[in-house]
This record gives sequence, C-alpha cells and structure tokens, in this order.
Amino acid sequence: MKPYALYIAIVFILCFSCEKEEDKAYTAIPKPLEIPKLFEENILAPVIPINNPQTIEGIALGKKLFFDPILSANNMQSCADCHMPQLAFTDNTQFSDGIDGHFGDRNSMPLFNLAWHYDEKFFWDGNAFSLEHQAFSPVTNPLEMKNTWPNVEAKLKKHLDYPDLFTKAFGTKNIDSTLVTKAIAQFERTLISSNSKFDKFLLGETELTPQELNGFNVFMDEARGDCFHCHGSDKNPLWTDNSFHNNGLDETFSDLGLGTVTGDPSDNGKFRTPSLRNLAFTAPYMHDGRFSTLDEVINHYSEGLKNSETIDPLMKKVAQGGVGLSSQDKIDLKAFLLTLTDKAFIKNPNFNP
Amino acid sequence: MKKINYTLLIFVFTLCSCSENNDGNTSLESNITFNFSHTWDNTLINNTDFNSIKFTNENGEQLSITKLRYLISKIRFTSSKNEIIEVSSYNLIDVTNNATLSFSPNTKIPNGEYNNVSFIFGFDNEDNYTKNYPDLNSASWNVPDVLGGGYHYMQLEGKFLDTSTTETGYAYHAIRAVDNNGSSQQFQDTFFTVNLGSVTLSRDTLFNIEMNVSQWFKAPNTWNLNVLNSMLMPNFNAQVMMFENGQNVFQLKSVSN
Repeated sequence: MKPYALYIAIVFILCFSCEKEEDKAYTAIPKPLEIPKLFEENILAPVIPINNPQTIEGIALGKKLFFDPILSANNMQSCADCHMPQLAFTDNTQFSDGIDGHFGDRNSMPLFNLAWHYDEKFFWDGNAFSLEHQAFSPVTNPLEMKNTWPNVEAKLKKHLDYPDLFTKAFGTKNIDSTLVTKAIAQFERTLISSNSKFDKFLLGETELTPQELNGFNVFMDEARGDCFHCHGSDKNPLWTDNSFHNNGLDETFSDLGLGTVTGDPSDNGKFRTPSLRNLAFTAPYMHDGRFSTLDEVINHYSEGLKNSETIDPLMKKVAQGGVGLSSQDKIDLKAFLLTLTDKAFIKNPNFNP
Repeated sequence: MKKINYTLLIFVFTLCSCSENNDGNTSLESNITFNFSHTWDNTLINNTDFNSIKFTNENGEQLSITKLRYLISKIRFTSSKNEIIEVSSYNLIDVTNNATLSFSPNTKIPNGEYNNVSFIFGFDNEDNYTKNYPDLNSASWNVPDVLGGGYHYMQLEGKFLDTSTTETGYAYHAIRAVDNNGSSQQFQDTFFTVNLGSVTLSRDTLFNIEMNVSQWFKAPNTWNLNVLNSMLMPNFNAQVMMFENGQNVFQLKSVSN
C-alpha cells in the first residue's frame, strides 16, 4: 500500500467514526408545528429557522427553561413571571419588575402565534431579529433577570437534569446561550392561539350575537373603526400586521420606540401593532400599559388621538380626536373584540408548567 | 481505435451541451422581468424620499408619501395573430420597504413578435373574488366584505398641509368601486389594463416600467386633498376618479436584455 492511500483510508475512517458518534448522540425527534386550519388556509407558513427545527426534546427543554428561575441571577425569576400562561403569557401590571424590584418602562408583551411574525422584528420596538435572539435579552437585562450568560451556562452544566436534556435535544452536553435560546424559541413557537369564539364562527361551528356582528362591522368599516388596516381581518387570523405605527398616543415622545432602533426621526413614536387576540387576559394595554381597560383603548381611538409629526395617516380626524364612535358602536366593538378570547389557549396543559 | 472513438464521442457531447446551455439566442423561450421605478413628474423617487413633505400636487397641496404599495397581475403577450400568452401570477410592489420592485414570473414566453404587452393594475374580478391569496392576506391587503371583499389595488398614504397648514393624513386606497347607498351593492370595475406596446422577444428581456405618482392627483381629475383625504374606500365617486387618473400613471420606460 502506498503512503497516500494510507492517509486517505485514515481520513475516511475518521470521517465515518465522527459521523457515527454525532448520529448516535443526536436523537431528537422532529415535532412540526400543528398548524390550525384557518392559518393553513389563509396565511403564509410559519417561520422555522433551518438551524433550529422543532423537536419533541427541544420543545420540552424550552418549556422547562421558560418556567425555571435558574436563568435569573438570584434564582428567583423565570420567563413565566412576566409571561404567565393564565394571562396569555403576559402579566397584569403596567410595567414588570426584575429581580431587584426595579421596573422596566415597557409593558410585557403577550406571547402567542410568534412563528407567524414574518418580519421577525420582536419587542415593542423591533430591536431583536428572530425569536432566538429575542430570548437573549431578558436574561442579562439589569432590570429583568440581571444574569450573565457564563453564570447561566455554569449553573445549567452543574444541574442534575439539564446536561442530559440538552444532550437529548441538541446532541451535546456543552450547554451555551445559543442552545438555551434555541430551546426557548422552540417552546414559544408552539404557543398557538386559534380557538376563540370568532375562530369557531369562521369555521361554522358557532354563531355570533347581533351585537358581536355589528362590532365586527365597526371594526371593518373604514368610516367607523377602521381597525382592519393594522389589525387584519377575518382573512388574517393573527389580528395584527406585526408592523410599526404611531397610533396617536402622544404629541411628544418620552419613548421613541422604533426610532431608537433605526435612528430615523420618521420612526419616532412607532411601536409594533399587538395582536387583538386574548385582550380579555392582556390588560393593561399599549407599549407603556397606560390604558387599564378596553373601554379606555376604544375611547382613545374614538376621541383621544393626539397629533404628532409621525402619527400614522390611518389615524383619521385627528383634529377632532378621532372618528367619534357612537356609544352603541363602542359597546359592540368591545363585544366583538372579546370574541377573540381563547380560553383553551390559557388552559392548554402543554403550555403550563 | 475504440479508445479514439469514445474520446471523439465525449468531445461531441460536451460541445453540444455547451451550446444548448450557454447560448441564449438558441433558446425558443425567454425569461421576462418587470422592473418598477417611480417618479414625481420628472424626478425619480424611492423610499428615501418618503416621510417628508417635499411634493406638490396639481391642486397646489404640499404633501409627503409614507406608504406606497400596489398590485399588478395578469401580464399578457398578444401576438400578431392575436394569440394571447398569459402569465397568471401577480406581484405586490412594496415601495415603502423597497421590496418586490422587480418581478420575474416563472412562466417563460416563446420568442417572437408581439403586438402588445400588458398587465392589469389590481386584480380583474375573476382574480379578485374567486381565489384566496395567503401572501396577500398576510400582508393585510384585504378589502372588507361590506365593500365587496377581494383585495386592495393600491395603498398610497402620507400627509399633506391642509388649508390651515396643519399636517393631515391621507389614505388614497384604490379598490373596486362600490356604492352601498342603495338597497343592493352596485359595483363599477376600477382595475385597468396597462398597455406597454409592441415588442420582439428573442432573449431574456427586462421591461422597465415607471409610475408617475403625481399623476394620481392630476388628470383628468385635479385631486383636492382637503376634500378627499380619507375614508375613500367606501367613496364610489373617489374610486372612479382614481381609476380615471390611473390611466396615464404608468409608462414603459425602456426594454433591455
């Protein structure tokens, strides 16, 4: 045998032995998202990164991490403290306090149908691209979990269960921040809300009351609510365009929102449109949680608009404060909005610890 | 001898395959691409010109553009024998995000002479009402059922200085005109065909199409933004005026290979 042939043989053996070991270690079982009928029929497919496919083990690990205070510096706060399942994965305070009791300055966003956020710009101001990157931030934010990633990684490596769970999910015991956020993102993508009364109405499984139907008409009427341009319609089960708008909250801005991220003054005062699903659970409302009730929100659009340089052109009759809905239309609109409540979502055992 | 024959055979095969793959002129069909650019009269504009009041319309109102999206569909090539080759796809052009300004349908077009190339601004009624488009639904492009359903043709939004020089929003949204005032809905078609003229197709071809945005406010109807600025979707007459003003909005700037 010539020397070069020997080298080739060694390289082949090494390659095959490596591959075999990797295959043996990585046993995660694929678990594609179960896409609801209305989503399947009406909107584009969810965003699943090629390098982070959904697996049974990855989702289970993500769920455990989501509810585990081990991610915080003092082992006292988990993701679920500000994103509670029973509140559609938000909390019920204007701002949320971190491990030191200090409060942030944005309202905690509810978490559902995140895999259908096609632009992948997360947070109120879109500062994190991708769900995986979004999960990095709260862990080290001094107003939230106030931890460091080396500390998190060290704690997880020493833990009784996690090394094995990471091995099953990702084929490695070498736990790092990337794998932690990948697992959390996998769990978050499973948080699908699609079982509201209005969903059932669209599927022909129930009827709406005349009041709820009129409320839907107010929502879809450009001369009254005109909510559909930003919040979608019966053809878009997300109930948000996931885009950024200035909806006339302030004349001047203490929080620049998207403008902070882009540096473009024309983006000042713009925040991501939240979904209208599950409003029954997600008070208070707006990026700064300024409105305690849905009535306050509706009143804002009806007569509370404030003009500013970047107010969205879709905010009509700003000089009059808004479109001036009648009292009955306001009541009906609220009734319709509440048909987007998904009680099955908050009770889903797969989403609870 | 055998060895030489095989070598010769491989050489001939290689020569043939090179000829077929690399020489566009020998192909019987061509790819087409539609590029969309935008002007305010004679000035080229793009999304970097958005969000500041820098345009003046025919009525003398100063205005900005904050959003411009529009739909084109049903590209047609009509041969000298009046045979029509139709590209049954569509494209939502999003000028705001500088996206999808270039559209290359999957359908290849047979080479030859064509008397006319055209596309539809918006959707014709068949496309508008008989199909469901997940990509357009995801882009919140729908028209409410109370206005007939289907899809928007265009969303042009911005601010203008009203008579008291206050910045006021406008939403120039084009849809199929609908009159809801009677006992039943009355419709008038407001999609229109944009004819680009004749073309000889012999290789992959690029159609450079230009939209003059100012034309939407110009003729035959001088648009008064102080009167017509919002809630235009349910406004039958406004939709017809948009249709009329839209007739001269597009032009074929050039055809290149």
